[in-house]
Amino acid sequence: MTSTADHTVLEDTPGHDHEHHHDAGGDTVFGFWIYIMSDCLLFATLFATYAVLSGSFAGGITAKDLFDLKFVAAETALLLLSSFTFGMAMLYAHQHNMRGMITWLCITFALGAGFLCMEMYEFHHFSSMGATPQTSAYWSAFYTLVATHGLHVTAGMIWMLILFVHFYRDGFTNANLVRLACLSLFWHFLDIIWICVFSVVYLMGVM
Amino acid sequence: MSSRPTIVTEPDLIFGKFTSDAIPFTDPIILPVMLIVALGGIGLVTMITKMGKWGYLWREWLTSVDHKRIGIMYVIVAAVMLVRGFSDALMMRAQQAMATASENGAGYLPAEHYDQIFTAHGTIMIFFVAMPLVIGLMNVVVPLQIGARDVAFPFLNSLSFWLFVVGALLVNVSLFVGEFAATGWLAYPPLSGIEYSPWVGVDYWLWALQISGIGTLLTGVNFFVTILRMRAPGMKLMQMPVFTWTSLCANVLIIISFPILTVTLLLLTLDRYFGTHFFTNDLGGNQMLYVNLIWAWGHPEVYILVLPAFGVFSEITATFSRKRLFGYTSLVWATVVIMFLAFVVWLHHFFTMGSGASVNAFFGIATMIISVPTGVKIFNWLFTMYKGRVEFTASMWWTLSFLFTFTIGGMTGVMLAIPAADFVLHNSLFLIAHFHNVIIGGAVFGYFAGFTYWFPKATGFMLDEKLGKLSCALWTIGFFVAFMPLYILGFNGMTRRLNYYDNPEWTYLLWVAAFGALIVLAGIIVQFYQGYVSIRDREINRDVTGDPWNARTLEWSTSSPPPFYNFATMPKIHDRDEHHYKKEHGMAYDVPKQYAPIHMPKNTWAGIVISGFSLIMGFAFVWHIWWMVILGVAGIFGSLVVYSFERNKDYYVPVDQIEPIEHAHLATVNPDGLREMQAQKQNFQA
Amino acid sequence: MSEQTQGHGGQAHGSVKEYVVGLLLSIVLTVIPFSMVMLDAASSTVILGVILLCAVAQMLVQLVFFLHMNTSSDQIWNTASAVFIVIIVAILIIGSVWIMDHLNHNMMMGH
Repeated sequence: MTSTADHTVLEDTPGHDHEHHHDAGGDTVFGFWIYIMSDCLLFATLFATYAVLSGSFAGGITAKDLFDLKFVAAETALLLLSSFTFGMAMLYAHQHNMRGMITWLCITFALGAGFLCMEMYEFHHFSSMGATPQTSAYWSAFYTLVATHGLHVTAGMIWMLILFVHFYRDGFTNANLVRLACLSLFWHFLDIIWICVFSVVYLMGVM
Repeated sequence: MSSRPTIVTEPDLIFGKFTSDAIPFTDPIILPVMLIVALGGIGLVTMITKMGKWGYLWREWLTSVDHKRIGIMYVIVAAVMLVRGFSDALMMRAQQAMATASENGAGYLPAEHYDQIFTAHGTIMIFFVAMPLVIGLMNVVVPLQIGARDVAFPFLNSLSFWLFVVGALLVNVSLFVGEFAATGWLAYPPLSGIEYSPWVGVDYWLWALQISGIGTLLTGVNFFVTILRMRAPGMKLMQMPVFTWTSLCANVLIIISFPILTVTLLLLTLDRYFGTHFFTNDLGGNQMLYVNLIWAWGHPEVYILVLPAFGVFSEITATFSRKRLFGYTSLVWATVVIMFLAFVVWLHHFFTMGSGASVNAFFGIATMIISVPTGVKIFNWLFTMYKGRVEFTASMWWTLSFLFTFTIGGMTGVMLAIPAADFVLHNSLFLIAHFHNVIIGGAVFGYFAGFTYWFPKATGFMLDEKLGKLSCALWTIGFFVAFMPLYILGFNGMTRRLNYYDNPEWTYLLWVAAFGALIVLAGIIVQFYQGYVSIRDREINRDVTGDPWNARTLEWSTSSPPPFYNFATMPKIHDRDEHHYKKEHGMAYDVPKQYAPIHMPKNTWAGIVISGFSLIMGFAFVWHIWWMVILGVAGIFGSLVVYSFERNKDYYVPVDQIEPIEHAHLATVNPDGLREMQAQKQNFQA
Repeated sequence: MSEQTQGHGGQAHGSVKEYVVGLLLSIVLTVIPFSMVMLDAASSTVILGVILLCAVAQMLVQLVFFLHMNTSSDQIWNTASAVFIVIIVAILIIGSVWIMDHLNHNMMMGH
């Protein structure tokens, strides 16, 4: 990155170039990282809740009855690939290659959409089998945890769409690259959360 | 409530759960309050309109991203909410004394109303008085102490403030439209579940806390980044003023604890709105999980409130002892240790729930360990004063009163940390006395001390010292008269949260406590009067130098109030007590050879507008008015997107605007230097 | 652009090779636990251990290869905050499970 007139050099250590310190890219990405750290705690609380309620089926339908690991493996593949494709998009973004970046972002978007569709299908399927969020404490915890992750993915996709417009309007400005960097952190973070979800919820759930 | 309004279980398409009898026009207590608030509101609006100040208010305050102004607004809202929360306290003290004294056990409040009052009191005092005071102080002081021109994310700062205001508004709206929760300030289920609290009280509580809590979380991120990344050149971590250190730790606690609150509130919301079974009695729900989660947030919250107060005392003690702070390093480490330990003690709030010996022992010991770093701090302050030339200003009065009061509160805390003792004292008035002892004597006195200390920095004139000392004396005496009886009553077995006790022996002490509350009321009245007198006599009490206390840290090197850009040239840091160091070395108020344009953020509509939509959303959720929920949510996200597409969110302050501001200040603090510089310049031009 | 690997807020940019290696490692670390559970390949304690190990390993892979986390000085706060958060998350989850286990046992929840 070459620093533009109104932005600080990027590796700004404290006190570096304070004539221009407002919304310097480095501070924004760091701030977003800290936000993600707090989001970790949000998911940690949901996981703690899930762990505590993991046996509370209240005599009703259990996780073992419904979970289909092949389906989950497919979901996982989509999300994992999307993490990789986002990385590719980032590489093109740093070369200021609009076409490459947009192509890879579109693939990422499609993979995310595929993941969401599968998740919604799964929820629909479970509900029709008699496991709704109202069925028992376990299913309340299951739906809340998994859907919170799903909502984050949805938010990431909406953000991606808005970012397309930003790039279409202004191109590779520093502000847009900062936004992209934040979204990239967010997207990889969601992948990491999904690792916890498939390990703790699905894999341990059928054991 | 004098007559219970209709509780709608099937929300209407247009009005949701709202019915015309939801507004308690017939209630003999609420109606006068409603009239007073309405008249006051109309009066205020008329006054602003008549003076033609709406434009000014909008441009300079409501849309401001200036951390100093946001800080001042936090404190103003906190002062208003203090009046509300304290009225609740007076009503409770009067009710308990009257009811216990009377033959038939009737006070003047029905149980349902009394329950709402103690819930509102706790909720308001913690979330809408203590939190805004602490965040307000941080806003005013932290950027100045580290030599920054604003916080890292000025727009988020404005948004945080307005989201907090939305929470405060929702709590106040509940007084007039519907009801507030009657569950206690942490709303334990199953009482707070839909089955036992079917109307809107708990929903008001949920949405007020959820919305303002998200604002607090943003503040935490904002200040954490500000302190870590925006310090003036040369300021190492171990050179940060102690208030900045304690704020840093408090913000770390915000970042790690408020998400827990968010989720806990969300789960209760899901139980109430969608029939899930997290905390219900049936189908596997577990109420103890709620208690566990809410305290995993609640305990760190206590330290969020008190750590910055410790920072305030450190600054004040050093300044008015005319000495360097004793044991800076130990104080910083004590703060960090408390920050960490704050996260491993939450179970001591529910020893009696039955987790057994091993768990209780672990958390009991962890709790006792916290008193060690806290004790270290007490000695830091004592040794700072030792052999110093202590000046007994009003803020020093608050500090000394704190040292005495807080030590007592801390020791009763250690008593409660013993699980076996807690089994006797849990949920008794002993506990009430203890936490008021640490929150008032520890945190609130700290905010008042800081308020007095930094008031001239924020406004440019001093608070009346005599009235400040009087208020401190009244608060301290009032506190002891009000709460020492509660320790005794708690020991005698009086439990909390009842509007009537069938034990006439307690009447006497209850009246003493009520009288103590009246003394505190006098203290508060004196504080408001102090504000009035100080504003009236502001020309006499002007702080022309910017350093009225002859203080030590960086914030005192600018003018009072500081220019909107804080520092015209970035200070280079040499020492922990930077301003003191510069004064010693004759470097303070050096006249810079030239100024450079300053990059500043522009004010923005986005914070207040987004919060306006969250108010609509929150209110609509409370009343189940789904079309309005959609409107609010769409408004929030629409505004965010529109804001993200705005160009020119910042600008440069030109040199010819900076120069007159700086020269006006320099003409007072360094007239010779300024004249010399101007002469040089003229020579150069000639 | 010489700063190719040095991005915003200490986030480095990485290379295609890095992403490919990250992806391959992730696939391996996903396939192992999935297949072990699906084939019921060992005792449940062993499988549990493998699931946890693979999950932790894959998170590290993602952090290092996709988020380019390291311990260089310009990233020290990112890394330090992540380590701190991991500790806090562990305290919260383990603490809650421990507490609730005792509570449920003593209060006979679900009996």
